[in-house]
Amino acid sequence: MLLLLLGIVLLHIAALVLLCVSTIVSTWVETSGSSADLWLNCSTTNGGSHCDPANTSEWIQAVQATMILSVIFSVISLFLFFCQLFTLQKGGRFFFTGIFQILASLFVMSGATIYTVKSADWVPEAASYGYAYILAWVAFPIALISGFIYIILRKRE
Amino acid sequence: MLSFIALASVLLVSLASQSEAIWVYTGWDRHALVGSEVRLSCSFFSWRWLSDDVTFSWSYKPDNARSSISIFHYAGGQPYVDNKGPFRDRLEFVGNPQKRDGSILIRNLDYNDNGTFTCDAKNPPDIVGRPSSVRLLVFDKVPVRAGVITGAIIGSVLGLVILIVAIYFLMRFLVARRVLNLSVSKMEKGKKGKGKEGSQQRQMWSLFSPRGPGPVRHPRPVQ
Repeated sequence: MLLLLLGIVLLHIAALVLLCVSTIVSTWVETSGSSADLWLNCSTTNGGSHCDPANTSEWIQAVQATMILSVIFSVISLFLFFCQLFTLQKGGRFFFTGIFQILASLFVMSGATIYTVKSADWVPEAASYGYAYILAWVAFPIALISGFIYIILRKRE
Repeated sequence: MLSFIALASVLLVSLASQSEAIWVYTGWDRHALVGSEVRLSCSFFSWRWLSDDVTFSWSYKPDNARSSISIFHYAGGQPYVDNKGPFRDRLEFVGNPQKRDGSILIRNLDYNDNGTFTCDAKNPPDIVGRPSSVRLLVFDKVPVRAGVITGAIIGSVLGLVILIVAIYFLMRFLVARRVLNLSVSKMEKGKKGKGKEGSQQRQMWSLFSPRGPGPVRHPRPVQ
């Protein structure tokens, strides 16, 4: 039972870390010599690197908002898990925890989808997707699975 | 003692001359769409009463020019607008000097109107002060400021979630209270019907009632 609990918590923390890294680190698209993410466009010209704030179009702000919301919901879900662990009756389900984790995964999916669809507007043609973008897509199924596990898990003793 | 008086008088004089300065206020910058109009506001604060010789003057310096030209002047109760320069027929005085307001309105904006507008106001004898400048930025579509939509989305979603959770808990509380009231009223009917069980019902009621004196621990013998 303890092993199961540990495994679930580790899965949740893994999803949370992926979400955080993907939101903060600056490599959603990469070209040779510049990288861009949700917040900055950085380019390394001969000598140093120079960062500009990102284009302020509505869609990139929507992506920023959904990524931040997914991180917030995942944190709330972790907190609720520990609360419910000690206050739930025997046989009860971690309903709230699962709901918030599933919401977090839905938000990360919508954020990554919006970015994919609208990236033609603000990304140059020769750019390839960076690892932070891939992490966002990986975080989505991990968070979803974690949320479903919470919903079907029943509390024992 | 003498040095103290000298120091105090110097301080008073400097304060007095400071308080004789006029403070001119305009905005910091203005954003406007091509073809629309913009109102550039200018007002001042002065320790003196408003004099009849109050003057306002506006001058304009284009973005990549080195000198400015004068485009508006108000003196002796009369406004004089630009009739030869880049703003002829587009400038209008919409201020109210009696209320210390020297604002101008520029119509039909163009990209060439990007630049810095400086307002200088004088209220004799209060004439020492710095003119204040406002930058005009003309866009073809007004850009969304960074972070506005982000904050709006985050705030609305979190507010919605909090609202749903609050409603859920409220419903649970109300349903629980309704169930409690129903069971209490059922027990009251039972108490009236069967008098023998009265004392036991009263004891059970005090166990359930939330405003009672607390649960009764020791049972009372049934007569």
